[in-house]
Amino acid sequence: MIPEPKLSHLYQEVILDHNRRPRNFGEMPDATVRARGVNPLCGDDYQIFLEINPAGEIQAVRFLGSGCAISKASASILTEMIRGKDTGYCDHLKNEFIRFMTQDKVPPAMTEAVGKLKLFEGVKEFPVRVKCATLIWHVLEEALKSLPEKKEGGRS
Amino acid sequence: MTNPYDIHKVRRDFPILSIQMNGKPLVYLDNAATAQKPERVIRRIHDFYQREYATVHRGVYTLSQNSTWECEQVRDRCRKFLNAPDRDEIIFVSGATEAINLVASGYGRPFISTGDEILITEMEHHANIIPWQQICLEKGARLKVAPINDEGEIILEQFRKFLSPKTKMVAVTHMSNALGSINPVRRMAKLAHEAGAVILVDGAQGVVHASADVRELDCDFYCFSGHKIYGPTGVGVLWGRKQLLEKMEPYQTGGEMIKTVTFEKTTFAGLPQKFEAGTPPIAQIVGLGAALDYLETLGVENIRRHEKEILDYATEKLAAIAGLRIVGRAKSKGGVISFTLDGIHPHDIGTVLDQEGIAIRTGHHCAQPLMQRYGLPATARASFGLYNTRDEVDVLVRGITKVQEIFR
Repeated sequence: MIPEPKLSHLYQEVILDHNRRPRNFGEMPDATVRARGVNPLCGDDYQIFLEINPAGEIQAVRFLGSGCAISKASASILTEMIRGKDTGYCDHLKNEFIRFMTQDKVPPAMTEAVGKLKLFEGVKEFPVRVKCATLIWHVLEEALKSLPEKKEGGRS
Repeated sequence: MTNPYDIHKVRRDFPILSIQMNGKPLVYLDNAATAQKPERVIRRIHDFYQREYATVHRGVYTLSQNSTWECEQVRDRCRKFLNAPDRDEIIFVSGATEAINLVASGYGRPFISTGDEILITEMEHHANIIPWQQICLEKGARLKVAPINDEGEIILEQFRKFLSPKTKMVAVTHMSNALGSINPVRRMAKLAHEAGAVILVDGAQGVVHASADVRELDCDFYCFSGHKIYGPTGVGVLWGRKQLLEKMEPYQTGGEMIKTVTFEKTTFAGLPQKFEAGTPPIAQIVGLGAALDYLETLGVENIRRHEKEILDYATEKLAAIAGLRIVGRAKSKGGVISFTLDGIHPHDIGTVLDQEGIAIRTGHHCAQPLMQRYGLPATARASFGLYNTRDEVDVLVRGITKVQEIFR
């Protein structure tokens, strides 16, 4: 059963704040990789730009595009969470978050793993909006996939 | 003066209108997507399945003959509704989408060839774009698009310039599902005919909010879906001029649409069966008949007048909201208002309104090229039906105020 939806769970103050003032919003001309993702159903359209150093760490991240409050806040928060982290961690966090958003029963370990992203839990009360929260993480996945493969010992 | 149109009585005809949605009375404003059904239609389908259902055009037994008679009564009903000259010109299809595909294929295959042109407009629904794109690809023909102005009206001088001796087919919507604009179809048909083209009118919205008199419109094809006109899903009507339908190729082949079949050769049935392969949506056809009967009881003119009043009231109220922009301000409009709110995405508008019990559509309305024309990824759209009230418009206005408070 879908829990009874509550607007206050969906549009939490933190989400509204990121929607109003998205962080790291803008282009990055000299990005190492970039990717774009569109949700054809609602027209949400985002690009992500990553600057990655040879050690595989995200030096800088920016995003650009338009969409609803949930998708924009999710993108803004993503940029804050992955900066300074390595690509293996990003990949792991992406998987955890998508599972967190799409599974009915979420074990405590998973909630812990997604950290700040827990605030998107209220979105699950509005099933059609879940894809708004996960869109930017799929775009990140595309960007990471387009990275040249490491010769050895690459974490994935 | 007393209004002969008793809206409270009308609302009681629609069982769903008394439900609660998210703890609030349902305010259903997505009628351009699909309309709710009156009890009369629901009951007719129910009774038909309980006591009258059998296949059509095949059985020698009484039950089948009665079923056939009921369906054919509806064909007559549709002929009258469209003021069409001949009942054989009424083809039952699954909806407007199938009707357009039928014409694109059945007329396009034999009569459109390399270098020919098909003319549509910027305000078309995907259903009146893609079938033509596909036949153009197949035949090496060109798809031309006549522009609209910022108000959302076709620019007739431009439309005229886009016509040429190469134009074989013109396909236009009677009324835009995203903007509400009602096109001057009669004048467009005259121009198309002067250029030597035939014209198809997509009446999915127009049949609900404008006059779908095919003789008055003087078009060559007209189509609509049952579910937008308070009937069931899965059934619609294509009307076409007999001399054109007779020359066209069948769209689908199979049972029902044949005269004789051997393994060497098949001869096709005459109209309308030639275009009705397979067992038709029998109960849905009967339900569509009940819907048309219902509209007649209310009086099509009364419904128009009521919808116009609601549209005018809603336009005035919505236009007065700071930060709200109405997209589509055509002088001739049916009951649709597309709008945007400054700094707020339509999906967020839709979600907040839903919590107030208000159902509206948000998105690109299956008209992505039109959205690109306006530089918008999406809009919110309130669309009105024969049962909507001023009070519901007021609920919508309060809902929009709440959206603005959340996102201020």
